Amino acid sequence: MYAFNYHRPSTVQEALLLLKSAEDGKLMAGGQTLIPTLKQRLAQPSDVIDLGRIKELVGITEDGDAVVVGGMTTHGAVATSPLVEARIPGLAALAHLIGDPQVRHRGTIGGSLANNDPSSDYPGAVLALDATIVTDRRKIAADDFFEGMFDTALEEDELITSVRFPVPAKSAYRKFPNPASRYAMAGAMVAVTVGGVRVAITGAGPCGYRWTEAEQALEGGLDPAAIDGLTVAADDLNSDIHASAAYRANLVKVMTKRAVEALA
Amino acid sequence: MSEVSFKVNGSAVTVDVEPRTLLVDALRQNLGLTGTHVGCDTSQCGCCVIHMDGTSVKACTMLAVQAEGSAITTIEGLAQGDELHPMQAAFRDHHGLQCGFCTPGMIMSAVDLLQHNPKPTEREIREWLEGNLCRCTGYHNIVKAIQAAAGSAVSSPMAAE
Repeated sequence: MYAFNYHRPSTVQEALLLLKSAEDGKLMAGGQTLIPTLKQRLAQPSDVIDLGRIKELVGITEDGDAVVVGGMTTHGAVATSPLVEARIPGLAALAHLIGDPQVRHRGTIGGSLANNDPSSDYPGAVLALDATIVTDRRKIAADDFFEGMFDTALEEDELITSVRFPVPAKSAYRKFPNPASRYAMAGAMVAVTVGGVRVAITGAGPCGYRWTEAEQALEGGLDPAAIDGLTVAADDLNSDIHASAAYRANLVKVMTKRAVEALA
Repeated sequence: MSEVSFKVNGSAVTVDVEPRTLLVDALRQNLGLTGTHVGCDTSQCGCCVIHMDGTSVKACTMLAVQAEGSAITTIEGLAQGDELHPMQAAFRDHHGLQCGFCTPGMIMSAVDLLQHNPKPTEREIREWLEGNLCRCTGYHNIVKAIQAAAGSAVSSPMAAE
C-alpha cells in the first residue's frame, strides 16, 4: 500500500472540507473494497477520509411509506434490522447475501453504491424498489444513478448520506453467486411497487439496469412462465473467467424467474 | 506515524504506526499477538478474524488507525488462564483442526455466531462460515465442534467423510 494521510472527521461537513482541501482525497466508507484496492496498489490517494465515525450517517428509520437507510449503515445492520425485515423483507434478504458475515459487519450501503461494482447486489434493490439516493446536496432517482462500470451520477466530491426505499407490496431477490467471492454473477430483484412491477438486473452488465421487457411481460400477473418467451441479448453483458456473456444472459432469465416464483 | 490507542484482550495499548498499517500487522508485529493469522490477504479466507467492539471483522481489511478507541479481542484473549474457552475446547474435542492455520479465525468467527444466534442449525453454521476457508478438514468436524459448543446435538456430516 502506498502511503497516505489519514483523517477521521465526525461530521459530513468536515469530511467534505477535508476532501476539498486534499490533493487527491478519497472517501472511505467500510473499506471492504477500498482497502483491498490500496493493498494491490491499484489506487494512490494522497488522503483517505474515513467516514466511519460520522454518527449522522448510520441508522435505519421509517419515514412515511419509506425505509431510510443511512449511507454508513452496514450490510449486516440492514440484513438483521427488524424494521427492514418487517417492511421490506426482500431488502433484508438481499443484504444477507452480500459477501460473508465479516464483510457485512464492515461494508456499507453508501460505499457499495458509490463504488458501483458491476457485480454488487445493492443496485438490484435500488432499481427494483425505485429508491432515491440522497447526497449532501441533492436527491438522485435510482433510474438516473447508475451510469456504467464503477461509474455513477455522483460528482467527485459528493457523498451519499442515505438511501430512501419506498415500501413495496412485495419484493424478492435471487442471485447466482460466484462460488468463491459471493459476488453476483447475475442477480434479479423483482418488486411490486406503487408504479407497477419493476425488474432490476445486477451482476450481468457493466452496471445494474432495469429489464423493461420482463416488467411488461409480468404486467399480466406474476407468472414465471411469462419470462420464458423473452430473449436476453448477450452483446452488452460481461464476460470473464467466471462466465461468458451468453452464460450470464441465460442466468438473467433464470434468476428473474426464480425471483418471480418467490413472489407468486 | 500515528499513535493509535485501543484495548486488546482487556489491556489498554498504544501503537505507533503509519496510517497505511493494517490492523492485523499492528497486532502481529507491534504487539506480538501472532495468533491472528494472515492467509489470503484478500479478505476471503478469514484466518485474520478478530472481534472489534464485540463483532467479528477481518483484521486484514482494516487499518490500525480505524481501531482507535475500540475494544479488540484476539484468539489469545479467549482462554481464562489455562482453561480453554468452550469453543476452543470443542474444536479440540471434535478434531476441528488439522494444520491449525485457519483455526484462530474459525474460532473467533464461531464465537461471534453464537453471540448472534445461540442455537444455530447446521445450515446456519455452514452459511456463517462462508468467510472462513479451511483446506484440511472438509469442515465437518468444525461444524460438529460449533454444534457441541452451542450445546446442540452433533449431527452426522451432510457429505461423506
